This record gives sequence, structure tokens and C-alpha cells, in this order.
Amino acid sequence: MTNLDTHFTSRVASNERFYFMLRPILLVVGFVLLLSSVFAQITVSGTITSEDQQPLIGATVLVKGTTTGAVTDLDGKFTVQVPDQNALLVIGYTGFAEQEIVVGSQTQLNIVLKVDIQRLNELVVVGYGSQKKRDVTGSVTNISEKDFIKGNIATPEQLINGKIAGVQITSNGGAPGAGSRIRVRGGSSLNANNDPLIVIDGVPLDNSGVSGAANPLSFINPNDIENFTILKDASAAAIYGSRASNGVILITTKKGKAGDKMRINFSSVLSSSTKSGAIDVLSADEFRAIVNERGTAAQKALLGTANTNWQDQIYQTAFSHDNNLSLTGSLKDLPYRASIGFMDQNGILKTSNMNRLSGSIGINPSFFDKHLKVDVNLKGTSINNRFANQGAIGSAVVFDPTQPIRSGSDALGGYFEFLDPATKNPNTLAPRNPLALLNQRNDESTVGRIIGNVVLDYKFHFLPELRANLNVGLDRSNSQGDINVPQGVAQFFDRGGQVATYTQNKNNKTFEFYLNYVREFGANRIDLMGGYSYQDFIRESTDLDKNLSGEVFNDIFFKSQNTLVSFYTRLNYALKERYLLTFTLRRDGSSRFSPDTRWGTFPSAAFAWKINEEGFMQGNNLFSNLKLRLGYGVTGQQDVGSDYPYLSRYTPSEPTAQYQFGNDFFATLRPEGYDANIKWEQTETLNAGIDWAIRSGRVSGAIDVYSRKTKDLLSVIPVPAGSNLTNQILTNVGNIENSGVEFTLNTRLIEKEKLSWDFGFNVTFNQNEVTNLTKVPNPNYQGVQVGGISGGVGNTVQIHTVGFPTFAYFLNQQVYNEDGKPVEGLYADLNGDGLVNLDDRYRYKQADPRLYLGINSQVSYEDFSLSFVLRANFDNYVYNNVLSNNATFRGLTGTNNFLLNLSPNVLQTGFTNNQYFSDYYVENGSFLRLDNLTLGYNLKGLLGGTSNTQISLIGQNLFTITKYSGLDPEVAGGIDNNIYPRPRILSFGLNVSF
Amino acid sequence: MKKQFFKNSIKLGVLAFFVALSSCTKDLDRTPFVEVTSATVYKDFSNYKQILAKVYAGLAVSGQQGPAGRPDISGIDEGFSTYLRQYWKAQQLPTDEAVIGWNDGSLPDYHDMDWTSGNEFITAMYNRIFYQITLCNEFIRETTDAKLSERGISGENLTQAKIFRAEARFLRALSYYHALDMYGSVPFVTEADAVGSFLPRQASRTELFSYVESELKAIETELLDARTNEYGRADKGAAWALLAKLYLNAETYIGTAKYTECITYCNKVTAASYALESDYNKLFLTDNNKSTEMIFPITFDGTRTKTWGGMTFLVHAGVGGNMNPADFGINGGWSGLRTTKALVEKFSDITGATDRRAMFHTNGQKLDISDIFTFNDGYAITKYRNVSSTGVKGTDTEGNFPDTDFPLFRLADVYLMYAEATLRSGQGGNQATALQFVNALRQRAYKGTSGNVTSINLDFILDERARELYWEAHRRTDLIRFKKFTGSTYLWPWKGGVKDGRSVPDHLVVFPIPASDLVANPNLDQNAGY
Repeated sequence: MTNLDTHFTSRVASNERFYFMLRPILLVVGFVLLLSSVFAQITVSGTITSEDQQPLIGATVLVKGTTTGAVTDLDGKFTVQVPDQNALLVIGYTGFAEQEIVVGSQTQLNIVLKVDIQRLNELVVVGYGSQKKRDVTGSVTNISEKDFIKGNIATPEQLINGKIAGVQITSNGGAPGAGSRIRVRGGSSLNANNDPLIVIDGVPLDNSGVSGAANPLSFINPNDIENFTILKDASAAAIYGSRASNGVILITTKKGKAGDKMRINFSSVLSSSTKSGAIDVLSADEFRAIVNERGTAAQKALLGTANTNWQDQIYQTAFSHDNNLSLTGSLKDLPYRASIGFMDQNGILKTSNMNRLSGSIGINPSFFDKHLKVDVNLKGTSINNRFANQGAIGSAVVFDPTQPIRSGSDALGGYFEFLDPATKNPNTLAPRNPLALLNQRNDESTVGRIIGNVVLDYKFHFLPELRANLNVGLDRSNSQGDINVPQGVAQFFDRGGQVATYTQNKNNKTFEFYLNYVREFGANRIDLMGGYSYQDFIRESTDLDKNLSGEVFNDIFFKSQNTLVSFYTRLNYALKERYLLTFTLRRDGSSRFSPDTRWGTFPSAAFAWKINEEGFMQGNNLFSNLKLRLGYGVTGQQDVGSDYPYLSRYTPSEPTAQYQFGNDFFATLRPEGYDANIKWEQTETLNAGIDWAIRSGRVSGAIDVYSRKTKDLLSVIPVPAGSNLTNQILTNVGNIENSGVEFTLNTRLIEKEKLSWDFGFNVTFNQNEVTNLTKVPNPNYQGVQVGGISGGVGNTVQIHTVGFPTFAYFLNQQVYNEDGKPVEGLYADLNGDGLVNLDDRYRYKQADPRLYLGINSQVSYEDFSLSFVLRANFDNYVYNNVLSNNATFRGLTGTNNFLLNLSPNVLQTGFTNNQYFSDYYVENGSFLRLDNLTLGYNLKGLLGGTSNTQISLIGQNLFTITKYSGLDPEVAGGIDNNIYPRPRILSFGLNVSF
Repeated sequence: MKKQFFKNSIKLGVLAFFVALSSCTKDLDRTPFVEVTSATVYKDFSNYKQILAKVYAGLAVSGQQGPAGRPDISGIDEGFSTYLRQYWKAQQLPTDEAVIGWNDGSLPDYHDMDWTSGNEFITAMYNRIFYQITLCNEFIRETTDAKLSERGISGENLTQAKIFRAEARFLRALSYYHALDMYGSVPFVTEADAVGSFLPRQASRTELFSYVESELKAIETELLDARTNEYGRADKGAAWALLAKLYLNAETYIGTAKYTECITYCNKVTAASYALESDYNKLFLTDNNKSTEMIFPITFDGTRTKTWGGMTFLVHAGVGGNMNPADFGINGGWSGLRTTKALVEKFSDITGATDRRAMFHTNGQKLDISDIFTFNDGYAITKYRNVSSTGVKGTDTEGNFPDTDFPLFRLADVYLMYAEATLRSGQGGNQATALQFVNALRQRAYKGTSGNVTSINLDFILDERARELYWEAHRRTDLIRFKKFTGSTYLWPWKGGVKDGRSVPDHLVVFPIPASDLVANPNLDQNAGY
């Protein structure tokens, strides 16, 4: 919790004029008191227990207004020094309602804390401040460390996968540190960025990738994170207006607390990853049989005598470890946390590795009687990657299993390769030996990133209701990558190997300042905030590609910058702590747009009604919380990739795209297509939700219904030929809509002295539809074809069409014979014109799931706990590109002097040629996956004192139930084409704190 | 002490705040680091030639990075998107001269002759044409006499700028010619139409014909004399050759014969200092830039003009089976292009021993095509290579990108146009010269007079054009002019996607206006029959 006592601000005496006059006197008195306190102190001790008389270990006891405090021991006992009998003790324990007790004449206190399962007093970070959870009006989900997924987790987003309704996280495969596609309530745009904004301790990150890193989020050590807050609806997110259209994820890292003793935490996870399956292909003997049966003499002659399972060859059992050490505490008045982590993760694809050294330091002292709070965060990370050549994955699927790994000669590094019969050089059309692809390419990178900020939060001495907050942050990364392929090996054979170097420097700055005024009068409370934000993003990169003799193939320099300036205000108004209103207004300027269009205004309004606080509900014993939330808001989007889309500009060509005049070559200057009027895309969101909790505290939940409509969609559309210097342009045209329902339920099914069982699930139903795509309405417009596949060149299988979901499949309808077997090349003549061609393609299903859910359970019995997370998607359809590309006899009938292995599926279809546009290859990818199973054991006090030791056994990706015929139905974008397989991981975890 | 610190911090904070605030909105005027804004690019005369180079390069490469990256047009694979590759496919694949064994998107529609307005290849060709036209318009608009004088361009620079402008007008006329030849009636934009959001009007084929004619005639005096410009740049000879081609096909385009005008411009070309290359095969090798026969090339280079389209496509796609890629100066074939029996049978001896233009690879190949997707079905053609006339491999170490240039207009084509226009009763030429021109080509092909003919007729000319100019992107236009492209008067293997060929409807003589442009521009009407 960043600002534990922020919400106390309102309780401070409100008569500011009186205070102002008395200030000098009070200062003197305060000083005297401070001095005297050294001499006159009272010792208070006591026990803190829960309602079931269990001692609470590690509960905090804080003397209010000071940094003095204590932490309870194993028996729940504490001793604390207080200045006098008026001292107020604040007792806190995670998961329990906070209590304040006046010391009075007592010296022995027995305090019983009440369970606060819903933790309604919990503060949530809401963007430029925090709010009590129960006062939140928007759709905001908070998830903290105890609910994080455990195991071999290299990147932060995987901590919460499946835990939150409306948030879909799809990892891009199983490579070490691989990124994920995160979608909050579906994507709001077609061509602009669809990633949520991520803010770490107040520093908004830019959404673009970092060169040399698989995932820009992998720089954040998941062990440093205390909680995530997801702002889902516009009324919550609109305060981040310009970048909030896809939701906002606020990450808060762990911090020290004033008065805490130093606590050391060490955690270690050792993991072993294995592949969870293989793509079905013919064995060497089966393949030989088929070639001998169907092949020509020339093809039979190509058969080898080996039996090689290429997929077994390229994968390995990979070991990883992740060790973290942190110190948290308070050095006198200086709360601090420092951590260091080292992770070394090997991938199941041979040669892939990532290691990360990360360190973080945070201090958050207060000055001037807590009027000035300072929060300094610095996170530094250095990542070394070795990227495996993922071409090996596809190559292993198709490589002839009758060929050996090694050729027996020294040529080509000793690996077997298909050769051109005439030149005896590697055949340029054939796949490469999968192991040679891995072992003969060294693709390494080193990336350093620093994210840091300083927050000064000052509560005015003369006007304590007013607070000024200054946040200055930076986010810098430096990447350096090297790719080396030696000479004389099959990859890059003709160009003589590869020596490529790339670099990238990113320098992003954030400057934010706001004033916050909070005041209560009578039954009213207002909380007014107004601020200014400046963000600047610069990225610079180089790319040099040579061969081993130094010949340069590419030498590219790139530099680009964009800037955002915003003014924002928020008003929270509460009447009788029952009716809550929030208004926000943000005005954003983006350097990406012209002076005429660069400013956008983004308002929002929300209303919440705490029904359970109403008089008529006072008699009810059912609900401890019942809150209705209604919200409306507009958010903007300007992240379109290019930084200068409105400017008329000329781009120089690289030396590889010159033109010859006479005997000289001239680099060219290209006038770029542009849209001088390009402007903000706007998404309007309506949200209605109910938060509820049953009084027993054992069942709680929320339901939200939302509708998001995007207008002035930033989409790439064809320009009228001749009207611009391009054929397609990014412009504001079209509309899409997302609508959905989210349902969350958390229950404590069993609550006994030694046994408890928490069970929860969340369900999200989301559907989207394109409602317009053209400037001039045209019912005949087919739409924008997307979804490029592997196989052939430039083939696409998806489309955005008005009236259909985005990424709908656009294919010909397969005709089947009486035996249910697809007939090659025979498709339904859907438009009935007697011809079967492009015009007969139809829109069929879509890539994104209509329904997805997460289920979590945790059973604790004494010191044992067992938890699992199940995740399911429904109605997500997958185009099986692995089959459409490999399951034909073409690999045999081809005459290119090599053979390709086949999928057994070809025996069912009998296809000779690739039928890329057959809907036969679209399959239902619904699945249920056991993402995580954790068995934990708590060895309390193993190391004495207040130490705490936990050990755990963790399994990840243990099973997937699906009808999908391919390897893994969870494919971002819906086109399954040899992704890096997600491994099955078994881990042993140790966590010690003392 | 603390108080002082506190006061100072407040002061500092306030100061920082105001400094930041005042500079903030100004910071929104960001300008590019690497690119040049159009406001400044024309101030420096040295940029002019680079902008002109882009207009030429638009015929060859796919964008600003070779062989791929930062493409000019999108919506199609970048390698597919190049001008020459698309033009070649549109002119060759629906004819008797070529088949391609690839299953890429709707590429097979070219053989099947059932293309629709959604065909991405027909769309890409159209987009390339209009990309060239808007590039030309931009350059012409920025180099008017008024703008040149406003920017203080004078003296030799001014003379050069005017020549550049005339060349841009030639390139625009060339693309409009391709548009009227392939699409008939298309949107019409000139330098008077500034870049922006507007809907161009559609011009009729007749109007386009007149426009191309008037433009070429207007720049005839402004362009440099034939063979006096730098290699690769257009001169008067290029404009004449294009005018001759326009007039030769006038009957197809506007229903009025213009054979006399065709002969007029053929005469201008033949009177200039062009000369036939001594050996036919040298026209298609890496040193063809030295050929005196070249009237207008599209240039390529293994290291400096790299693309997956253009000559890279033409050299690689025709190599497969047991052909040795090393003989072609490349690292491997793409197993795509072959020819049909109809072309092979136009040669009495296919070995190349008598008529050296018969450049077939027959070993391992079958004459008859039973499966278009099988490279061994149909003879391969060995015309284009990435080796020099002395057998030296091209400069690309990788063996991907040829140095060979594409002869868009060459003297032999003009000889045959002259002969055909004369046979079609054009005035200003004579039968004897026509026969002499035809025999000049045959003497080169036969290395002597053994192949000479004593009389010629139109059918002979069509076949002779196939023998001389096959795979040089003339065939579709030629078959249409001879009324053999559609209908059943001439069937070749796989015409219309049927092994023995079939009759196809007449509306196919022009391609459809792409559906994407019909949607974007409601001013447009689709061609009849689509």
C-alpha cells in the first residue's frame, strides 16, 4: 500500500483558518512535546488475535502520527512505547479490518481483529491517487500478491492470467521470457495499438517493444510486485485518456513501511520444463512406405535409411532457476525495500536461454510531520537472451525423417542437408536441417533497462486538505544484439554467413504534477484533483548486416520521437457516504497529429450507490456490501506506430534500393502518403455493475455489463486511386463495437479452525462487431483481408467486414463426399454464378473466444495448502496452418530434389495440392487448461523467531482438454503455425522470510 | 534547517513546473530526424535527381529498402507488389507463352481466365500504376517554372530540372498507357490534383488515349536526343517507341486505326543511332546495359537495386527441375514459370541450333502440361540469366539478385511494329523495308541468311513477335490486337484453365477495375462484363 494513511487526510481538523493562526504556536508546542516524549513514555503490551482466538503473527501496531510501532510475535504478542495516554494505536493485519484504539490508562491490551475478507477498506491505486475500494465508482479490479500464480514465472502478466474477468492474456508461446497478448475487454481498434497502458509505480510505459527482448514486460521482476490494479471501464481509465482505450494496468511494487523491523525474504524456484506434446507427422517407416507406394523413381531415390524423429531432436528438458532476495524495513524514519533477483531460464527448444539480473531500491520517507512524503523507486534490469532459431520448429515438422542428422562429411558443419544436384550447394527451396538451424546460429542480446521515478507528495501546512503531487520518472533501455552464422553452413550459405549487429536506445520521460483538494462538510465529501502530464518518447536504432567477409547488406539508422501533453481533472463527490459521483475530464495533445487536430477531450462520469448503507437496508442481514455502479466515458487512441502520419515528408532509400542513371547509382527520395487530417480515435464505454458481498463474508462477487463503441477508428483503408501517394492509408474511418458481460464470484466454501477452502471463478462473455469501414457507406464492400498464413506467398484467411466480428475467417466452403471426406478443390458455389472462385468465399466464425473463464481454488489444512488455476476459452476458432501447409502429397509430388514429411491427416483428406482456402482447416479451439497446481507447506518458525518458511511443488500447464487437432489451441490471432510450444513445467519453490 | 530545505524545494518545484509547462505545448511540434519534410526538400537542387530516381525506381523495386522493407504499396506481399513483376504476369500468364506453378492466392486466375474485381494481383498492378502516376504528379507539380523560379533554381540547374520534369511526364504517360491498355477507362489525375482526400473522376479510354498522345508529343522536344541521356533515363527514343506502340494498338483502344502515325514514330526510332545487338542471348544478360538495341530499360543491380520482384522473379521463377542454378548465376530456382506447347511449336527446331531464339530447357521436362502445378510439365525457358556475355556471375554474392536489366522497349520490337503497321496499310513505310527489318532479326537468330523469308503476312508477324519477344511482356496486348486473346479463334493449352484450351468471353480483353477502388471512389463505373 503506497499511502497507507491517505484516507486519513479527510479526518484531519477542517478549520483551516484556525489552524493557520495557531500554526506557530502549535509548532512550538509540538517541538516541546517531541522533546518531552523522550522523557515520558508509557510501555503498552498486548495480544492480537482473530475472532477465533488464533494469535495473529506479524500484525502491525503503529502509534498514530509517529513512526513508532511494533510487529506481533509468534504468539501474537507485542510491546510498544507510547508517548502518553492519548496515544492512538493503529492495528493492521492483511485481510483484517484495521482498528484504532486509544491507549488510555491501559497497559495491557487484548485486541480482536475482525476478518475483512472483502477488504473494503483496502486502498486501490486509481491513477493519480488512490481511493478506498468501497468508494470506487468505476470497474476496477485489484489483485495482490497472495493471489498471484506461482511457479516458473518470468514475466509479470503471467502472475494474473485467468484471475480477472475481462482480461485475456495469451502468451506468445513457450520461449523464455516470451511476451503475451493482453486484451482488456477485447480490442478497441483495428490498426492502432490494442495493448493496455501499463503504469509501474506511476511511470507509464510505452507500448512498443524493446529490441533484443522477447517481451518489454520481462524487465519487471514478478517478485517485486505487490499488486495489480486493472482499470477496465472508461470512467476509471479516462483519467489516462490518451492511452486508456484498451484499459490500464497499474502495477505497484512492494515497499517498506514506517516502523517495520527489517525483514529478509529469500525465495528460490527450481524448474524443469518439458515439451507437452508433438505435432503429428509420419514416422520414418511410414514415410518410406508412402513414398515407395506413391512416389516417382526419382523420389524413391531420395529416400534415406535413417530413422530420425526431428521433433525429439530439437527439444530438450530445460532447467531453470529463479532466486530472489529482498530486504524490507525501516531505517529509523526511512522505510525502504531493496531486492535483487537472478533468474536463468532455459527453453525447451535447444539453445534458447534467458537470464535476468534485476535489482530494485525503493525508499519512501516522510518529512515535516508527514506533510511531505517522498517516494523514490528505482528498478534496474539486465537481460541476456539467446534466441533459438525458431525456424527449426517448422523445419522439424516437415524434414524428411529418413535422413540422418549428420551427413558423415565435414561439409556444412557435418550436418545433413538437401543439396542442389547440379551445384552440390544447399538446395535453396528445401527446409534446413533443424538441428543445424539451432546450433549454427548464435543470436544473442544484452538489454539493460532502468525505470525510476521520484514522487513528492506535499500536504500544505496552511491548508492540509490540499495536496500537491509531483512525479518525475524515466524509463530508459539500451539494447545490443548480435547474430552470428559461420561461413560454409547451410543457412546463409550463398552469402557467406552472417554477422549482424543491432542496437536500440529508448529514452522515455514522464513529468506529472497535480493538486488534490479533499474536504468534508456535513454529509458531503468532495475530492477534487487537477493536473498536468508530459510524456516524451524517443527511440533510436541501428541495424548492420554483413557477411563474414565484411560485405554490407544493410546498414540502417532510425530515430523517432513523439510527445504527449495532457491536462486533467477529476471530481469525486460523496453524499452521506452512500451516493458517489465521479467526473473526469482530460485534454490531450499528441505530436502525432497536426496542430488542427492534435487536441482531444475525453470526459467521463460515473455514479455509484452503496445500497447496503441505506436506511431501508439496515435491517438486512444478508449483504455486507451491495453497490451499484454506472459509468460512461470516452477514451482516446493515438498510438498508430508512425510518429509523423500527418506530415508530408520525403524518405531516403537505403543503399540497397537505389536506381541506376548512367554508371552511377542514386539513393532515392520517396514522398510519403499522408493524411493531414488524421486525428484521435475515440472509444465510448458504458458500464453497469454490481459489487456484492454476503454478510457472513464468505461469498462475494461482481457483475459488469459493458458496451464499447469506437468511432473515427484508425484503420488502414484503400485510398481512391490517384488521390494520395500510397494505395492504402491509415485514416479515421469506421466503427467497431465490443460488448460483454463479466461475472466474478469468490467464496470461502469451508472455514474451520484448521481447514479452509477458497473457491472462485470469473467468466467473461465478449463479442465484437465491425459496424462501418468506409467513408462512403457501401454495402458491397468486402472488407479488409487480414490473417497472413504460411504457405504460398501473401495468402490471407481472415477478414474484417461490416456486420461480422473482427478476424472472421474468409474461406471457401469445403464440399465433402458421402464418406465425409473432403473433395480436393471442390467448394460450394455460394453465389450461384456457376463458377467457384474468390467471390464464393464466406465469413465463418472468428479467432477470439466469445467466452472465457478462470477458476481458482485454494484448500488449506493446517500448514498445507493446495491450489489450482484452471482456464478455459470457448468458441475461439483456429486455422490449422500446420495441416494446410503440410498435409498434402505435394511434398512428394514436387520435383525440387527433396522430400517433405507429411502429416497423417493427408491420409484422411488425400489432398495432393495445398488447399489453403478450405474451411476444412478451421477448427473449434475451445479448451480447458490446468494452468497451475501448487502444493505448499508452511514451516513456521523453522529458523526461529518470526521466521517463516514455505516450500511448494508447482506444476504448470499440466493438461489441456480440447478437440483441436493441432498441438495447442490457444493461439493469439487464431492462425496456428508452429508456435514455440508452451512447456509443461514442474517446479520446487522455497520461500524464507525472517 | 529543515524549513529552509523545504522552502527551497518548493521554489525549485514551482520553477520546474512553470518551465515545463511553457515548453510543453511547443514540444508537440515534432519533426522527423531521418526524413525530410516536403517544405524543405525542394530547396536543395541536389534532391531533385533523387526524387526523379524514385519515380524510375518505382518500376523496379518494391520500396525504400532492398530487397524488402518499407514498401511503396501494401495489401499484398511486398515481393509481389513490384511494377515489373505484376506487369509481366498480367501480360504473360493469360497467354500461350507462360504458365506458373504456384498456388498463391488467386494467381491461378490468370490461367483460368476467370478473374474477378477482387483479384489481388490485378489490384496490385492497378495500384502500382496509380502509385507511379501520383509520384510523377507530385514531382511535376513541384517543378513548374513558377516554383523553380520561386526557389531560385537557375542556369544549368534550371535546364536540368526541366529535363527531369519532361522525364517524369514520360513516365506518367507510360503508366497511363499501361492503364488504358489493361483497364480501359480509369481514374484521371494530373499535377493539378493536390494530394489529399478527394475522389478522382473516371476518364474514358479515348480521353486517356488523347492525353497520353498529347503528353508524349509535348515532351518530344524537351527530352534529350535519343541515346544522349544517361543510361536508364528516358530520351526522345523512349517517347517515340511508346507513341509507336500507342498508335499500333489505336484500333483496339479507340476503334480508329493510326498505323500511319505508328510508322512515323517507328521511322524516328530507326533513323536514330540504335543498332541490333549482335547475339540475341546477350540482350538478356547482366551486361545488357551496354546494348545499343536498348531503347528503354528497367534497371536492376545485384547489390544496389535489390527486389524480390522484377528480374529476380524472372530469372529465379523459370529455374527448376534439373536445371543448374549456377548456369543462371543464381543460388537456386523457384520452380514456377514454364511455357506451353503453343510457343514451342512456333519454332521448327527447338534445340536453338538453327534459330537461336529457341531457348528451351527440355531435359526432364514434358512438352505437354497435364498439371500446371508440376514444374516438369511444360518446357522451361532459359532466356534471362544473371551472368554476363563473358560468363561472369552477377555481383550479388548471395546469388539472389540479378544485375540483368529488363528491356521494356528495344529496337527489334520497333522493327516488328514497323512491319506490322505497313502490312496493316499504314503510310510512310514500305514492304521492302519491312521485310528487311524482319530478316535482320532472323539473320541474327540464324547466324546467317538461312532463316530469311521472302514474304510476310500478319499471321507471320504475330508468330514472329512470339519468337522474338516472348517473355518480354508484350503477348497479351499482341493477342488482343490480333483478336486471338478471347473467343475460340486461337486456343492454346490451358487457355481458360482447361488442358486443351477453351473459348473465353470478350470482356476479358480488359481487366476489371479493382473492387477496392470502386468502394473507395463512387465516381467509378466497372468495366462491362464484370
